[in-house]
Amino acid sequence: MKNKTLYNYILGIADNTLILGQRLGELCGHGPSLETDIACTNISLDLLGQTRSYFQYAAKIKGEDATEDSIAFLRTERQYVNVLLVEQPNTDFAYTIGRQFLFDVYHHLFLQGLQQSKDVNLSAIANKAIKEVGYHQRFSSDWVKRLGDGTEESKQRMQNAIDDLWRYTDELFHTTESDDEMISEGVGVNVSELKEPYYNKVKQVLEEAKLNVPESKWFQKGGKRGIHTEHLGYILSDMQYMQRTYPNMTW
Amino acid sequence: MSKNWPLWEVFVRSKNGLEHRHFGSLHAADAEMALENARDVYTRRNEGVSIWVVESKYITASNPVDNGELFEPAQDKVYRHPTFYDIPDEIKHM
Amino acid sequence: MSENQIKNLETEFEARIARDEKIEPKDWMPEKYRQTHIRQISQHAHSEIVGMLPEGNWITRAPSLRRKVALLAKVQDEAGHGLYLYSACETLGISREELYEQLHTGKAKYSSIFNYPTITWADMGAIGWLVDGAAIINQVPLCNTSYGPYARAMIRVCKEESFHQRQGYEIMMTLANGTPEQKEMAQDALNRWWWPSLMMFGPTDAESVHTAQSMKWKLKRKTNDELRQQFVDQTVPQAELIGLTIPDPDLKWNEERQSYDFGPIDWDEFWQVVKGHGPMNKERMKARVSAWENGAWVRDAAVAYAEKKKEYKSKEAV
Repeated sequence: MKNKTLYNYILGIADNTLILGQRLGELCGHGPSLETDIACTNISLDLLGQTRSYFQYAAKIKGEDATEDSIAFLRTERQYVNVLLVEQPNTDFAYTIGRQFLFDVYHHLFLQGLQQSKDVNLSAIANKAIKEVGYHQRFSSDWVKRLGDGTEESKQRMQNAIDDLWRYTDELFHTTESDDEMISEGVGVNVSELKEPYYNKVKQVLEEAKLNVPESKWFQKGGKRGIHTEHLGYILSDMQYMQRTYPNMTW
Repeated sequence: MSKNWPLWEVFVRSKNGLEHRHFGSLHAADAEMALENARDVYTRRNEGVSIWVVESKYITASNPVDNGELFEPAQDKVYRHPTFYDIPDEIKHM
Repeated sequence: MSENQIKNLETEFEARIARDEKIEPKDWMPEKYRQTHIRQISQHAHSEIVGMLPEGNWITRAPSLRRKVALLAKVQDEAGHGLYLYSACETLGISREELYEQLHTGKAKYSSIFNYPTITWADMGAIGWLVDGAAIINQVPLCNTSYGPYARAMIRVCKEESFHQRQGYEIMMTLANGTPEQKEMAQDALNRWWWPSLMMFGPTDAESVHTAQSMKWKLKRKTNDELRQQFVDQTVPQAELIGLTIPDPDLKWNEERQSYDFGPIDWDEFWQVVKGHGPMNKERMKARVSAWENGAWVRDAAVAYAEKKKEYKSKEAV
């Protein structure tokens, strides 16, 4: 492969949208109301659409007979480099919203950076995706406020979700080797610079939602190096089932 | 004790230059949610450029029982229509 | 109102429908018309919502990204269609919550086809091709039905549904043209979904209780048997084209009728499933009820928040 760093860099972006899209897809038909079901499916569709654009580009870079599907479905657990946050389960609607919100704020800042990328393919994807993600952020922030400042029960559940998911936020701002190289070439986004605006924004929404901002300084990491929580294996066994059971077929 | 989300009516402008048209209804707890839901439910296929939502209970509707007095009197006011007036055939545009 | 007055209103009402006029929510209507419409529209809405489950089942396992997004979009459309139909039903003076209650307690019915399990990926193809195909045949005439809100909902549904059947057929075609294993998967799905699809048109005309009244109110344009025949005639050549075999040894072209003759339907199985004893009745209901019950705190929170926000606003104003 000519540009292995760029390829790895794209995986680092697109595995997030793939796994989060997959997680949201699980909920289709099981949400608290028809309206929220339709909304969450829309977000899932946006994320999977972005994933396809990234992987189609990655497949071109990889060459040989790589396709968006071989990249999406035919890697092993350690080869997925999504952040731990997006693989966390839909424990309840508060977790789904909390995970979405904590990712959306990052995702929006990230895409703002990616719009400036010297790589025209990546900046084009970012230009399209940022509008979608702007809406995701609005949707999830509104729901954080509704649940945080709703009933006693919803407040408790939303707080639990935020407290629980908080430990996965710091990883969003770790840079990898391919990050460093891509940043130096003007292609990549320096995520470490997003940390401050991220926590500012998150805190602002949590305060509006009358929720406590977690103070814990203990964070988890590893996703970006392929060391995941136990959840990912189950996600992959569902997601890869067809491709693994019936290899080399057209669907 | 569950309280249900109220019903909202959704009006969508398909493109600039056209009026907002009634598209249907949905449930939402508040106006922001109604707008977001309307966007997700009624414009999934690129159907709109602008949305209005209004809680259904704020719409006052005429009663069909009154249709006779409300609408029939307009039926014979033919003089409100241009075809009521005779003008010479030579005049093409008026 | 005296009995005589009601009779007059009813006569005028039937005449309006016969003249192809639409009935709108606030118009006077016979109680039976209202009840029949609530029953049929809600049954239709419930079918959309329950119908999300057998297909939703495969979203996480779809074999390619293209198939995954198409399936997601399709299942989402079903949620949308359920929503349009519940809204149409609500114009008749019943709330969505009451309608859910009827579904959850088993008082309301939904299409029995969704009580069959989706066990392989090919079932996504078979459902789109056969089940949506049958649904479209049932639904297209409803775009002209007499009740305005129902007709308008159906126009939207039919417009959006046109991609569903194509999606399903494309899946089947791809499998049928694929490896022997894939073709076998497709044939197996056809074998399992064919007869339940024929049952979707309901009991034979001789057994059907509602047909005459429904015809008059344009809830139906053709009888169950006519629609079933139309489905068979349309589907057999589609199966042949992709090299799949309809699982009916009695299936034969009838030159005289210019239609296919087909074998007897197992009505015992039909009634068993309708009465709640199909392979998946219990699981489907459980999924719906638990989605609704687990969502209660979310819906309550949104209402509480909306009320608080009103308060905040009025305080700001002071």
